[in-house]
Amino acid sequence: MSFPGVGLAKGLAVTLRTMTKKSVTAQYPDVQPVLPPRSRGVIALLEENCTVCMLCARECPDWCIYIDSHKETLPAAEPNARARTRNVLDRFAIDFSLCMYCGICIEVCPFDALFWSPEFEYAETDIHELTHERDKLREWMWTVPAPPALDPAAEDPKEIATARKAADKLAAAAAAAVASATEEKGDDA
Amino acid sequence: MNLLDTVLRCVATLVVFLVFPLVIGQTEHKVMAHMQGRLGPMYAGGFHGWAQLVADGVKFAQKEDIVPAGADRRIFQLAPAVSLLPYLFVLLAIPVGPNGFVGQAVDAGLFFVLAVMGVGVIGKLMAGWASANKFSLLGALRTAAQLMSYELPMVLAAASVAMAAGTLSLPGILDAWEWYWLPWQIIGAFVFFTAGLAELQRPPFDMPIADSEIIFGAYTEYTGLRFALFLLSEYVGILVVSALTAVLFLGGWHGPMSDQLGWLWMILKTFGLAFVVIWLRVTYPRLREDQLMRFAWTGLIPLALVQLALTGIIKVAIS
Repeated sequence: MSFPGVGLAKGLAVTLRTMTKKSVTAQYPDVQPVLPPRSRGVIALLEENCTVCMLCARECPDWCIYIDSHKETLPAAEPNARARTRNVLDRFAIDFSLCMYCGICIEVCPFDALFWSPEFEYAETDIHELTHERDKLREWMWTVPAPPALDPAAEDPKEIATARKAADKLAAAAAAAVASATEEKGDDA
Repeated sequence: MNLLDTVLRCVATLVVFLVFPLVIGQTEHKVMAHMQGRLGPMYAGGFHGWAQLVADGVKFAQKEDIVPAGADRRIFQLAPAVSLLPYLFVLLAIPVGPNGFVGQAVDAGLFFVLAVMGVGVIGKLMAGWASANKFSLLGALRTAAQLMSYELPMVLAAASVAMAAGTLSLPGILDAWEWYWLPWQIIGAFVFFTAGLAELQRPPFDMPIADSEIIFGAYTEYTGLRFALFLLSEYVGILVVSALTAVLFLGGWHGPMSDQLGWLWMILKTFGLAFVVIWLRVTYPRLREDQLMRFAWTGLIPLALVQLALTGIIKVAIS
């Protein structure tokens, strides 16, 4: 049973109910947003970890990472050893006007030198200012959060899983050894 | 003494004329925003954007006042005043409280009010015609057509109240008012309020200024202060229609302790109705032109006639 005008009344109810609910507008400059974990704001560089392997620069889809380096010869540690060479980082810059925040550089870095930081307030009035040099990239490191905890039912991280497997194997071997020893003892008796 | 009294009443009406529409406009900003899950203005004035309309007014005053080259200059410049001032005169005649709390008690107040309100539409017609713009002209003609169809049910509904009270004076109607008029005149209230909305060209009856098809109707060529005056006339219109509906159908100042607090009841009822006006705007989409006409001629006018007959029958039965 439907009366004429029921739809109109429903419409009025919808707007009235919306009015009593909390509005969804974010008061951004006054209130900082609550960002989800792993937010992609800016890329930070831990240059102590960088070995100038150039993987990040090569994998970057839009070639926005600039790296300069030179080789340095270290004196031989032992009398018979050969002198070692080492890469020294001269320049590491990311042009955030080109970067598309794909995160491939961070994925590909084998030495954990690049990290995502959730900071996003680095707009500039000149596009050249968006090229962040190594000191600025290093500064972003202070804003990198600790990695978020795993989900309750998640698998163990790879390192822990491998270590646990090895430990379990050892424990099993030890248990087997104890078991066989007692068996021998039983045979004796 | 008499002169002082007159001046005082005029100044009070002017203050109401300038302040209440801004309050309604600010309420519309906020209510509409929250009904759409937004916050609305938050910055102007510091606290929840209370000064937003003041800021808007300053902005409008700074803008260049442009008159198009092909426009009928004199008429074009006069139109906002013609559209705005009738509402000021109407406000003068609306009773706020008992015992002569009214700008000017007019004997044929109802007649005066309805007649003068019709003049406001002439201002919009002038604006549309003088702009020398096809969108303005279309808007103005739609305004005229809308006025033609909605003035009739409005007058019929008002006539029903006048019949029930046996007087055309607005304070007189309120003196005669009894609580059972509320259910008795409910159809008339609906017709009067709806027709009033249409007369103000408020959504969902805003065909004449339908911005998605004819830009802004009769106001298309207006800028700066003159445009602001048109907007102000819309909000004063809300005030006037709400106040008139409150006086004619909701008993105006009647309520508990009406001797002292009559004015408060009147203002509460007026703002309650103004809220409904805003609420309807947020909720409903715009009617099409033919739907608009059909609604007036086949919906509201028969309803108004039914109300008129009902009033007549009950009036005879009572007396």
